[in-house]
Amino acid sequence: MPTVDISGWTCPAPLRDQPRVVMGHGGGGALSAELVQQIFAPAFGGEILAQLGDSAAVSLGGVRLAFSTDSYVVRPLFFPGGCIGDLAVNGTVNDLAMSGAKAAYLSCGFILEEGVEMPVVAGVADAMGAAARAAGVEVATGDTKVVEAGHGDGVYLNTAGIGLIPAGVDLRPQRVTPGDVVIVSGDIGLHGVAIMSVREGLEFGVEIESDCAALGGLVETMLAVTPDLHVLRDPTRGGLAAALCEIATASCTGIVIQERAVPVPPAVANACAILGLDPMYVANEGKLVAFVPREHADAVLDAMRAHPLGAGAAIIGEAVATHPGMVVAGTPLGGTRVVDLPLGEQLPRIC
Amino acid sequence: MKYLDEFQNPDLARRLLDDIRSTVTRPWALMEVCGGQTHTIIRHGIDQLLPEQVELIHGPGCPVCVTPLEVIDKALEIAARPDVIFCSFGDMLRVPGSDRDLFQVRSRGGDVRVVYSPLDALKIAQQNPHREVVFFGIGFETTAPPNAMTVYQARKLGIPNFSLLVSHVRVPPAIEAIMTAPGCRVQAFLAAGHVCSVMGMGEYPELAARHRVPIVVTGFEPLDILEGIRRTVRQLERGEHTVDNAYPRAVRGEGNPAARAMLADVFEVTDRSWRGIGTIPASGWRLSERYRDYDAEYRFSVDGITTREPAACRSGEVLQGFIKPHECEAFGTLCTPRTPLGATMVSSEGACAAYYLYRRLGTTPTPQEASPVV
Repeated sequence: MPTVDISGWTCPAPLRDQPRVVMGHGGGGALSAELVQQIFAPAFGGEILAQLGDSAAVSLGGVRLAFSTDSYVVRPLFFPGGCIGDLAVNGTVNDLAMSGAKAAYLSCGFILEEGVEMPVVAGVADAMGAAARAAGVEVATGDTKVVEAGHGDGVYLNTAGIGLIPAGVDLRPQRVTPGDVVIVSGDIGLHGVAIMSVREGLEFGVEIESDCAALGGLVETMLAVTPDLHVLRDPTRGGLAAALCEIATASCTGIVIQERAVPVPPAVANACAILGLDPMYVANEGKLVAFVPREHADAVLDAMRAHPLGAGAAIIGEAVATHPGMVVAGTPLGGTRVVDLPLGEQLPRIC
Repeated sequence: MKYLDEFQNPDLARRLLDDIRSTVTRPWALMEVCGGQTHTIIRHGIDQLLPEQVELIHGPGCPVCVTPLEVIDKALEIAARPDVIFCSFGDMLRVPGSDRDLFQVRSRGGDVRVVYSPLDALKIAQQNPHREVVFFGIGFETTAPPNAMTVYQARKLGIPNFSLLVSHVRVPPAIEAIMTAPGCRVQAFLAAGHVCSVMGMGEYPELAARHRVPIVVTGFEPLDILEGIRRTVRQLERGEHTVDNAYPRAVRGEGNPAARAMLADVFEVTDRSWRGIGTIPASGWRLSERYRDYDAEYRFSVDGITTREPAACRSGEVLQGFIKPHECEAFGTLCTPRTPLGATMVSSEGACAAYYLYRRLGTTPTPQEASPVV
């Protein structure tokens, strides 16, 4: 067999940029961050936006409010464990809850595609109403637009919300200090895998339901133990990994987690193994990650576990002074690895 | 799959590591052929846990990494056509061609779709009879049989608007090329278990004997890798060079006869260019003459592609095991997953991506990389 001449071996791929929007710009990872930092933040200015929290903490007439907005473009509209309607309510309620606020009022924008069936719109609206009532929040204002057939996926939603931040509560990454304990409220990866299973027609042996839920009650329970929580984040797009990376970067502390302590349901682990995905990067819609001063950690954990949405809460790691801005995971075998901000969306592997 | 945890059991891992430590008496260089194995090794820190004498060299077995730039550029050109629906596995979408990738083609209006099976692409062809549907058929012996079967089905069902852009590669010629390349340091191979589950082990005894290298068929979970290393080191210490199956739950000696028959019917062996490496004789498959109608390269006129190759990237050397990813001057600076110089940095099985994702301690993200509102 002839030998191969390696003298001319080179790697043939060029540098490139992103001259147009690609799907990854909406993936909650590094490309999303770039879009916000290079285009939106400079255009809008403002110190509040620059803090890049799940919701903005603002002061109005001496009252501290949390203010947030989010848009929902999920396919399919109805999925195991929920639909775009309750997702749109819970998502914004949760963004407010991550500032410690109890959501009070929501707005609701419908962007409907010409031709979508009226029972579908009614089903989405009913789900929104039910989710709002369950979360104790009122949909106070709204808007409807219709786009031509072929220009949408049936229904897009936008919700914005406001809520009151209780006195003494100050949740932001800058408060994270080495020694803080990292707690996650339960099993991760359920929403992303549930959506993938129906969107792509994949079957994993058992039906996986989205964890879509409003976390205001759980946060209230935690704050009742101590208002001195340091930061809360709901790990939606980009998953737990992105949430931790954001906090590490914004707080300039390091984070160490133990992979085996992260609660991953077997069905999610198996689905991810089949697709070559990492559960740490899969989206959640009813979970939170909390950084809690060590002296309060046990009490907060107990309170979380006593709440239905925190029954699976677990301590997964701590903030550390070493490697500031970086998240490191201890592997089950005893090695270590970096946990990085995802670039865009996770892509299933070829084999 | 429900036994997945068992193959990550720390106690069993410790026992295997102890066995390896007590066996090894001098330095050995082992190459894991498959990119999936590389990622398991780096993600779980297996290389950190091994005794110093055991060095793992990362091999060329990432199908995304070795797909030639010319084929990527052909894919991009075909995908950009308004009459085409271009279907691909997800991890090909971010691989850079000469001046763009499939995501960028889609952002400019190209109909590029991620599928989980080539049969999904065939279904899309049935549902869109007035458009051409092309599936990007890349990969090793693992993905070649289902792609072959899809072409077979397309003909059987009389679906005329389906074709395959083929860039399939074969492992044994790559092992041959690695062993005969000047400067080769590889003393043994951890063969790719999924490849052998299709092809069996019949192609390896001659290679093992001719080059006097142990070849141990190895799986992909941490304990699979450790067991493969353990058996390989034992052979090396004893001066043996046989083919051993450390992945019997998936691999039989004869492989999968039905899959091999499908390959033999639809494909024929051809010389194939490997990205970053060059042409390796008899290292690929193309559609055989009887199925030429389903070959996208024949169906679409995409000749005359001029590729542009940056000189700074050393992923060809990484793919051959001559250097580790972090030994490349561009690693982590000029070359990152966001601005990849080579496919090894962007593929989910690429060695450079593994090192960047999991082994970047010592570099700290800048505050500008803070994330947006989510």
